[in-house]
Amino acid sequence: MPGGGVLSGSLGSSGSGRYRHAEHVMGTVVSFDVPARAREPRGPAGQIGGPLGEAVRWLHWVDATFSPYRDDSDVSRFGRGALPLADCAPELAEVLEGCAVISARSGGYFTTMPGGTFDPSGYVKGWAIERAAAIFTAAGSAEHSVNGGGDVQFVGDRLWRVGIADPLRPGRLALVVAGRDFAVATSGVAERGAHIIDPYTGQPPVGLASITVVGATLAETDAFATAAFAMGSAARDWVESLDGYEAFAITAAGAIWQTSGFGAYLG
Amino acid sequence: MRRVILAVTGTIAGLVALLSFKSHVPSVPVAATTGGSGGSSSSSSSSSSSGGQTTTVPGEFPQGSLAGQLPAGETAVDGKAADTAYGPVQIQLIERNTKIVKVAVLVQPANTLHDIQIGAFAFPKLISETLAAQNAKIDAVSGASYTSAGYIASLQSALDQSA
Repeated sequence: MPGGGVLSGSLGSSGSGRYRHAEHVMGTVVSFDVPARAREPRGPAGQIGGPLGEAVRWLHWVDATFSPYRDDSDVSRFGRGALPLADCAPELAEVLEGCAVISARSGGYFTTMPGGTFDPSGYVKGWAIERAAAIFTAAGSAEHSVNGGGDVQFVGDRLWRVGIADPLRPGRLALVVAGRDFAVATSGVAERGAHIIDPYTGQPPVGLASITVVGATLAETDAFATAAFAMGSAARDWVESLDGYEAFAITAAGAIWQTSGFGAYLG
Repeated sequence: MRRVILAVTGTIAGLVALLSFKSHVPSVPVAATTGGSGGSSSSSSSSSSSGGQTTTVPGEFPQGSLAGQLPAGETAVDGKAADTAYGPVQIQLIERNTKIVKVAVLVQPANTLHDIQIGAFAFPKLISETLAAQNAKIDAVSGASYTSAGYIASLQSALDQSA
């Protein structure tokens, strides 16, 4: 955990200025939509401070600690047995617990061993983004969103509108989803190629071009989206069985389906 | 049954999604935009939300225009054909007293619109409102993860730069 600095004063509703910030981290870009005051007070060289600065530092710390691509990360060392869990950052135990819950609820379609080696990334990103959003809440912000490369946590009682990228027509939106205080995560065939593996076949899943899951909090919502994409068409009945989650999918053939409560989120 | 308020502000895909309710159809009050460019929505079908007043069209929509066979008091409104990722879609709305009582499909992509059930959708100028979601105001974009490099060309990037 980065040295939890003292938060600046309340980010009350006074002053309607908004600030957007894009941070390159965790192999993607994390976009913040926050009150303008969330970057105050500035650091000595004018760099971003306040809760935005804390959130950015948090994400880079997560990257360094949880990246499976860094040999010296806790995740890499734990994965190859070089570092016992007790000596890892305590957040790793929390992540493992979250992963275990998702894995059990998804019938094993969510796994921390997607490629045969320990890699909890399918949970970590959503979890880290959700935590980043919580930093602003703790600092008094009532309205903000944090988008981790396409998986978004929205905080605030206003109606947030999020475009769902069309997986079959890059650069276009397939539809608009709207909600309050909610999380939206989409899994699909990413531009970096098929990075989700069906743990039961060892192959990229077939059937879906993308699936969008909505829920309250991003850690679970994002991991559920990952599991649902791995399931393919079976995901429909599975998400239907999850209380508090809805899904919209575009199949590889271009057809669409949605769970029965998804209509409440249509923008 | 969950009460669902819908606004006509999606792409045609959103429209198709919204028409795709299968399991909770009986009463779907609909907030409809009334022309213009995707402005605010207001419910124009409050009387239909209590059940009993809606007209459910079970099964598939009629295929082809109904314009020549309407009883007095009903008018047909043809939507604009929309070229979607799923193929061209064109829908005809049959209105009575500003309420949609029937929907016919003039043009549909294969394998998407069949088995649709629909409640009474009050969509004045539904199809003219197909408004590409590209034109709708959004706060963020959700999609399969982009790489750090790919972000530059992403819609989210455009959003971030607009503020």
